[in-house]
Amino acid sequence: MGTLVAAIDLVKDFPLRGSLFDAFSSHRAAVHAVDRVSLTLAEGEVLGLAGESGSGKSTTGRLLLRLLEPTSGRVEYRGRDITGLGTRELAAFRSRAQIVFQDPNSSLSPRMSVGQAITHPLQIHGIGTAAEQKASVLDLMEKVGLSPAQFLYRKYPHQLSGGQSQRVVIARALITRPDFLVADEPLAMADVSVRALILQLMRQLKEDMGLTYLFITHDLATAKYLCDRIAVMYLGRIVEVAPREELFSRPHHPYTKALLAAVPVPDPRARRDKNLPRGEIPSAIHPPPGCHFHPRCPFAVAKCREARPPLREIGPGHVSACILD
Amino acid sequence: MGVPAARFSPAGGLANALGWFTRTRRKYGMEWWIMIAGMIVILFVVTMTVFPGLFTRFDPNDQNAGGQMKPPSSEHLMGTDNLSRDVWARVVYGARTILGVAIAAALVSALIGIPLGLLSGFAGGTFDRILSLIMDSVYSFPGLILAIAFAAMLGPGVINITLAVAVVYIPTYFRLVRGQTLSIKEEVYVEAARAIGARRPTILSRYVFPNVIATVVVIFSLNIADAIMTEAALSYIGLGLPAGIPDWGMDLSMGKKFLPSGMWWMITFPGLMIMLLALGFTMLGEGLAEVLNPRLLEK
Amino acid sequence: MQSTSETILRVNDLTIHYPISIGIVRAVEGVSFTLADGEALGLVGESGCGKSTLGLSLLKLLRPPGRVTGGSILYRGTDILGLDARSLLAMRGRSISMIFQNPLTSLNPLFTVERHFLETIHYHDPSLSRGKALAATGKMLATLGIEEKRLREYPHQLSGGMRQRIMIGLALIMNPDILIADEPTTSLDVIVEAGFTELLANLRKVYKLSIILITHNLGLVAEIADRIAVMYGGKIMEIGSAQDIFARPMHPYTQGLIDCVPNIQLDQKELVTMPGSPPDLVSPPVGCRFAPRCPKVMPVCTERTPRLLEHAPEHSSACWLYERHG
Repeated sequence: MGTLVAAIDLVKDFPLRGSLFDAFSSHRAAVHAVDRVSLTLAEGEVLGLAGESGSGKSTTGRLLLRLLEPTSGRVEYRGRDITGLGTRELAAFRSRAQIVFQDPNSSLSPRMSVGQAITHPLQIHGIGTAAEQKASVLDLMEKVGLSPAQFLYRKYPHQLSGGQSQRVVIARALITRPDFLVADEPLAMADVSVRALILQLMRQLKEDMGLTYLFITHDLATAKYLCDRIAVMYLGRIVEVAPREELFSRPHHPYTKALLAAVPVPDPRARRDKNLPRGEIPSAIHPPPGCHFHPRCPFAVAKCREARPPLREIGPGHVSACILD
Repeated sequence: MGVPAARFSPAGGLANALGWFTRTRRKYGMEWWIMIAGMIVILFVVTMTVFPGLFTRFDPNDQNAGGQMKPPSSEHLMGTDNLSRDVWARVVYGARTILGVAIAAALVSALIGIPLGLLSGFAGGTFDRILSLIMDSVYSFPGLILAIAFAAMLGPGVINITLAVAVVYIPTYFRLVRGQTLSIKEEVYVEAARAIGARRPTILSRYVFPNVIATVVVIFSLNIADAIMTEAALSYIGLGLPAGIPDWGMDLSMGKKFLPSGMWWMITFPGLMIMLLALGFTMLGEGLAEVLNPRLLEK
Repeated sequence: MQSTSETILRVNDLTIHYPISIGIVRAVEGVSFTLADGEALGLVGESGCGKSTLGLSLLKLLRPPGRVTGGSILYRGTDILGLDARSLLAMRGRSISMIFQNPLTSLNPLFTVERHFLETIHYHDPSLSRGKALAATGKMLATLGIEEKRLREYPHQLSGGMRQRIMIGLALIMNPDILIADEPTTSLDVIVEAGFTELLANLRKVYKLSIILITHNLGLVAEIADRIAVMYGGKIMEIGSAQDIFARPMHPYTQGLIDCVPNIQLDQKELVTMPGSPPDLVSPPVGCRFAPRCPKVMPVCTERTPRLLEHAPEHSSACWLYERHG
């Protein structure tokens, strides 16, 4: 399958409002949220983007959809550079690429009913007559498990359960039949049993509708279940990318190893050898020189702080940004 | 929940509204009653405006109503004034003036202040800064002084008085709506609207505005209360309205002269009415505020 | 690990209601359990099951209109619910402590770390000299793995993980018997969470602590808890050792919960899901509250409520699959 979406050397800095002194210095402090990230997504695959807070994963997701403008770098959709698109073409792109947010309750307008919220994308892109739109919406609602659709059509977000709201958000994202869906921590706010239902739903929908997902998460256990390939991010950079089996059985980068070891396992007999990295995630405003992870890495050597380690291939489809072996 | 989307039929709309009433009644205590009390007062005065004949058979300008400076009696509920006019009749007909001016002024303020607030908050940048500066300057003027200044500038007449009062409240709507817009702008559902491809006008009208409107309705009611007082004050000091139109403020000013001689009814009744009407709108506003934006006690 | 030590907390038939506009929410209904000295008990369940409400009530921290309407909470034989305000205040933070999910809102933004500790110590033990208090604080910081220099910092200058450590430090500075932790790691990153879990295990040994861990995170509870109580719809559905609960779950809800959580060490092809949603606590279903969603439901389940009975050694569940129903 071909490449659906590609990110090339994406950089996103959020400038900080400086103090008086900054006016005299040569550069302004900024949060380096995304630091030259490159990714590709093949059509039909689920790419997991895993990391902790400050890793830049959410920002990357938004850059891929041009919900944020990159400071530099570009994003390509089906080979076309979307970073420079005009308003009309951007609107067309928006019907092909969508996002599901973390908190369903804040991503739905409290004053729009379920039906109105899901229908709106169709209205924006002028798809179908009012009757056709309604039929389409009801059909999709049933498909995502919002049943009975006629009844829930008139409900408002505050009248729905968490699981139902998230389904509404998913339906709204899929109503224009996009190819590409960015899911930004879609399970984070959901209850344990609801998470499983939504995961199952996402898998099902992917099959039925031929979707490609970028699945952003901090939970590697969930990523293992849903994703084909996984990219691990740390402080704005990708540190490792590998197919699922590879990543979990032969992780290479020390951060990936630490992350995997730290995931809580729902089994009291499980083997737990943590070997946690010392210290905490540094500030994204003044990241450490060279490899971002070296101050916390148990294997760090002097060379690690000299230059940014490139992502090098260490196996089929497996790259890692660590100079050690 | 906000006022639900009404079906576009009067019967449907009425059923909807009644349903909303009974549902909110069960949920809220004191505030609901306050809101209802306010509504009753307003309804009473509005009926007075629309059907004055139901309340009095006298003409407010009739200077032969029956004797000069007569105290309240069964014939003249509120007595007569120094020109032998029936005070109650003047109160009844005066309701039109004051209510009309206050509501019209509030409407004008809202129609100007709300869109400006939305645009300013949403657009940001230099436009927002300039507009905010202007609005803040107007706002910092004591309301009454500003109204007086405009009324004096514009001259007498009902329309001019309405405009004078309206100007005072534009910044109130502007600031409120702008503040709300600024915070709603950051909400995830606005980002979600952008993500589905909505353009800015659509985002403003379908996502931002409906979420701002609840507070505006409350302010509108409180605004009318304030406008009533301002209008009364303006006509009290003699600005704006020609003599032929019955007006509570003017009657207040006339009645003042006779108070020392013990003739209290000329000033008291118009004064009471002003207070009552303003109170009615305030209660409606306060009650509505609680009802439309319930505290998160439950859930 | 638990039957030989004495029981320091005994909750009997606790019932908590709170009235709302459309009725009364039966948040906790007839819950009973014990906590032995030095034991870690996990209270597991999803949102709305009543675990947090239960946790708050253990220190009488429940906000009105919520009220305990029945039962008792016996701490070393004394009913907490019957204590007067003064005794209650003396007990909180000293005999029983509690930490919450969001440390930022639990800490005073105007106090330095040092002041937090000194104030807490002084409140409970006014006679202790400042020198001794500082020494105790220093010792606690060392155990927490926090540098001395942090003493002069304010909460907003610290990371989330560090704040949570401070919280635990404050909770344990007076060496209480019991620590109640309500979703302590939910707001933390994975690696920080792992560090915190290690710290908790360590502190437990050093301070000989009993812990009640309230969480929906099965991984966390598997790592820390000796015994686990599974709650659903305001009631305890199953209670037993951590081993038993995970390896031999009795109640279908427990089974369902375990089945639907992804396990990173396993190769799971499918997650078994539990459709449906939690019961309406204002008018809960007749009989077992899980019946509407239970894959093994029987006619008796919707007629009568099963009791929490010991169907295996030290392992109880409230389910008609095990209880005789004639």
